[in-house]
Amino acid sequence: MSTEANTEKTIVLDQDGHLANLEDWNEELAQDLADHEGIGALTDRHWEVINYIREEFEKNGDAPSIRKLTKESGVSTKELYQLFPKGPAKKAAKVAGLPKPKGCI
Amino acid sequence: MTKFVTHDQKNGEEQATAAPKPIEKVSIIISKGSLEEVYPGLIMANGARMEGIEATIFFTFFGLDAIIDKRMDKLKVATVGNPAMHIPTMIGGLPGMSAFATKKMKKEIEKLDIPPVREFIEMIHDTGAEIYACRATVDMFHLEESDFCEQVDGVISVGEFYEKSAGSQIIFT
Repeated sequence: MSTEANTEKTIVLDQDGHLANLEDWNEELAQDLADHEGIGALTDRHWEVINYIREEFEKNGDAPSIRKLTKESGVSTKELYQLFPKGPAKKAAKVAGLPKPKGCI
Repeated sequence: MTKFVTHDQKNGEEQATAAPKPIEKVSIIISKGSLEEVYPGLIMANGARMEGIEATIFFTFFGLDAIIDKRMDKLKVATVGNPAMHIPTMIGGLPGMSAFATKKMKKEIEKLDIPPVREFIEMIHDTGAEIYACRATVDMFHLEESDFCEQVDGVISVGEFYEKSAGSQIIFT
C-alpha cells in the first residue's frame, strides 16, 4: 500500500491565503494549491508562469508586475487571465507558494 | 490529500466578525484628459482586474482624448492651476513647461513599469475590462466611432452606462 497518497498533510496559510511558510512549497503542493484555488490541473503554460515568477521572486524579493511577466514569460495578458481567472497576480503567487505581490501594476 | 488551514484556524480562534463583502464590480469614469488625470483611473481599472474584480471604464468629456487614436499618445501634464505641482502658475504657463513636465512624468511612470497610455488601454482591455465612450461628448465634439482606438467597445449613453453598472461601485475621476 502506498502511504504517500493517503497521508494527510496540514499546510498553514496566511490571512490572505498564501503559504505561511514558503519552504513548505514543492511541485506537488503547487497542484494542491491550484485545486484549492479552483484553478484545476496545472498545464505547461501554468508552469511557465509559476517558474518565471518564482525566479523573479528569488532575484527581487517580490513577484513581477503583470507587464513584466507578459513581456518576459511569453504568456499574453489574455492567456494569463484565462490560466489564473479571478485575479492572476494573486492566484499565480499563491500557487507558486509566494506571498501577496506588493506592486500596483 | 492536503488540508489547508489559516493561522487563525490553526490557533483554534474563531473570527469575531464576518468579513465585509468584497467588491465584485467597478465602473470607473475618466472625465479629464491630462496625463496625470487619466492614469489614476487606468491604474484603478487594471488593479481591479488584477484582484479579480470586474471593471468597466467610461470615458467622457476631455477624458475621451485617452482613447482617441490620434491623441492618446500625446497626452500632456497640465502645469497651470495645480498648486500641488509646486510650479507658480505664471511659470507653468511659459512655453515648453508642459512638455517638460510631461517628459519627466512619463519617465517616472516607465520606471514603475506602468505602460504608456496606448499600451495600458490594450492591456486593460485584454484583461477583460470593457471600455466605452460617452455618447453626449462624442456628439458635442463631432467625433465618429472611427476616431477611437480599436479597444473601445462602443459609444453609449449615460443611461446605458448605468445599466451596465448594475451592481457596480461607480468611481468618478
